[in-house]
Amino acid sequence: MNRRPFEVLGERLIELVITICGISAIVFVFSIFYFVFREGAAFFFHGFKPGEFLASVEWYPTSQSHVRYGALALIAGTFSVTVLAMAIAVPFGLGAAIFVSEFCPRRMKETLKILIEMLAAIPSVVWGFIGLTIMNSLIIRVFDAPIGLTVLNGGLILAMMSVPIIVSIGEDALKAVPDTYREAAMALGATRWQVTYRVLLPAARNGLLAAVLLGVGRAVGETMAVLMATGHAVRIPASLLDPVRTLTATIAAELGEAAVHSDHYQVLFIIGILLFVITFVINLLADLIVKGIRKNS
Amino acid sequence: MVTGIPKLSIRDLHVSYSGAEAIRGMSMDIPPHKIMAIIGPAHSGKSTLLRVINRTIELVPGARVRGTVLLDGEDIRTMRNVYALRRRVGMVSPLPVGLPLTIYDNVAFAPRMAGVRKGTDLDAIVERCLRQAALWDEVKDRLYTLGTKLSGGQQQRLTIARALSHDPDVLCLDEFSIAIDPVTTSRIEDVLRELRSKITIIVVTNLVLQARRLADRTAFMLNGELVEIGGTEEIFSETPKDRRTHDYVHGVFG
Amino acid sequence: MFSETAITRRKQWTERVACLVLGAMALLMVVPLVLILAHLVYKAWPFLSWDFLIRVPANGMRGGGIWSPLLGTIYLVLLSLAVAAPVGILAAIYLNEYARDNWFTRLIHLAVVNLAGVPSIVHALFGLGAFVIFAGIGRSILAASLTLAIMTLPVIIASTKEALSAVPPAFREACWNVGATRWQTIRHVVLPNSISGILTGVILQVSRAAGETAPVMFTGAVFYKAIAENDLFAYGLLDQCMALSMHLFTISTQVPDVPDALPYGTAVVLVGVVLVVNATAIALRAFLRSRKRW
Repeated sequence: MNRRPFEVLGERLIELVITICGISAIVFVFSIFYFVFREGAAFFFHGFKPGEFLASVEWYPTSQSHVRYGALALIAGTFSVTVLAMAIAVPFGLGAAIFVSEFCPRRMKETLKILIEMLAAIPSVVWGFIGLTIMNSLIIRVFDAPIGLTVLNGGLILAMMSVPIIVSIGEDALKAVPDTYREAAMALGATRWQVTYRVLLPAARNGLLAAVLLGVGRAVGETMAVLMATGHAVRIPASLLDPVRTLTATIAAELGEAAVHSDHYQVLFIIGILLFVITFVINLLADLIVKGIRKNS
Repeated sequence: MVTGIPKLSIRDLHVSYSGAEAIRGMSMDIPPHKIMAIIGPAHSGKSTLLRVINRTIELVPGARVRGTVLLDGEDIRTMRNVYALRRRVGMVSPLPVGLPLTIYDNVAFAPRMAGVRKGTDLDAIVERCLRQAALWDEVKDRLYTLGTKLSGGQQQRLTIARALSHDPDVLCLDEFSIAIDPVTTSRIEDVLRELRSKITIIVVTNLVLQARRLADRTAFMLNGELVEIGGTEEIFSETPKDRRTHDYVHGVFG
Repeated sequence: MFSETAITRRKQWTERVACLVLGAMALLMVVPLVLILAHLVYKAWPFLSWDFLIRVPANGMRGGGIWSPLLGTIYLVLLSLAVAAPVGILAAIYLNEYARDNWFTRLIHLAVVNLAGVPSIVHALFGLGAFVIFAGIGRSILAASLTLAIMTLPVIIASTKEALSAVPPAFREACWNVGATRWQTIRHVVLPNSISGILTGVILQVSRAAGETAPVMFTGAVFYKAIAENDLFAYGLLDQCMALSMHLFTISTQVPDVPDALPYGTAVVLVGVVLVVNATAIALRAFLRSRKRW
């Protein structure tokens, strides 16, 4: 019974197409690096001063007389907003993950998970808008501050944006701990909190760490929300109520005005490469940590 | 004594899974139009042998095969179209599997994949195979319900109907009765006896008595080696060629 | 029964406190969301109407509706889906059905995770460098859609792969045993039983693509473009377009003297679209889960 004469050949062809799609992710990641680097390469190799870039706070790309590309203030901007966001999002996110995974009554669980999914779905420009309007007036009123577009604003917004990813991956990490651990501990008379604190958290430690890392990655890479919520001051923040500029926001704000292939334009692409490398390393670390669990379990 | 050309001829077969040997240097002839039983304890290589015959061993990562297997004199490993080979060899696995399709589509699946298009042709094949598998009467009024909703015994018969739907010369059954009830087992054994005159049947089984009931010839495998092969009477007698055969058959180990 | 001791009582007390604190943490993340959304709707109320959706922006974008950005977003979403869906589904099929467990497959997984983690502005730079400049497409819906497609690819790959791996291996083996090829098995048995997960992935892709700003800002979306009001085909592939996400950014930061309710209205529509799409995904998942075929 065989009425398909090109069976073997047809199957090989389809397998080829599927394989090409399969390796497309690798191709795209390389392409992103290649094309972003390409746009900034000329200046990178002729005229770019890495020392000034990383250590100077003088960012004057459009100066008529003395152009300087010191990105330290921008790096500080990204750093301060990210650290604040994580300081809020990590405890709340992990707490929420533990609650959803171990303590939550069955009926509430679905609703809570759906709400967290909705939180994750909100577009970053809407978060930026919220920072621009609601958070802005809130901060001005509560802290009696002159302006509301500050590190605090950006940090709070970023925290709310990063929480869903920490909760979802943290919950996965806790779910991955076998039930036998919980049952054994409970058989010894432990309460749920004791089981969590003494057994589950240590066991899920790697997955939880990965969750935090991915949350950091999200915060570092966020563009629109921080563009709209942190203000426009290029300087190292002295307090939470100072405005800052992050690396991502700088690219978004200045790319439109920089002449194509000018030095300024190319420096912005170089910042892009910096961001790519940072998030690549974070993702690689998170993946290695997760793989570490799988090897040990 | 075996006369004529064997249906399947296995010469010096070695199979290993990621280095661990499952079959060590086995040679065997399987005559046509008979039921051959392969008995032996777990991990003796019986299931692996079936996987070699229909080349699904190639789908197991890390599996290495050396040696020759001839089907009607032709080396199966050099056949270009492995799918055509798999259509010549029907396979029934230990756990009953109903595909998540209608009963009709379950049995029509293989012919359709092979290119049979006409509705009337497919109808004929479906009815013939379900009858041969002793399932027709039970399902003829609900051919368009899901195959996964049948009972275990019915699903095993459905699997047999599927295995017959592509007109195989050889039918392999791998411990087909371990997950079904004795009544269905008995019905299937009747089916096999009826099919024997048209198809070569290989039954791998852990159940020594089943081999005794069904088979014309029996092979005893132990630890990846063929210990003994011969007429069923001889194997089950008090004096088989190998002491180990006697011990296994009489329940001393296994 | 066992009598209560001091230790037991303290254990139970800690337990109750822990439960309350953790529950409060969870709620604290979620309650502000509800409050914020309510506030948005409240401030947007004067502007929300059917007219708002189908009229173009007027008066230097200080009035009128959001038809042009809405249509632009629809174009961008559909086009990016048309590219991302086939590639993503086939990629997931490769990963789940064909790929062997070796270092190369690990590399692909790593690439998918990284693709998902690349900052949106870097995707914008990539789109600019690769499609607008290198490929010479120029700033256009095409370039922006391709950028969005690559950005949202991981969403489709992840959902599809999850759906495919939920189909038991026994089905595949049964198909191979009767001589079906790998692709026949996938096409006739595995894919039809993974549809729910695939659709979920598609819907999530749509929701992401509709909400993104940075990737389209430099590759095809513009500040303002005049189009006819009742024409569904007002934009061409190589035209630039307005986009809902970018429009929100523009009227809340670049245009002076905009009446308050207008950006709030745009925000509400954008959030509304995204939430409705996500809710559909969740409902679809639940519905299809109840219709298990094995």
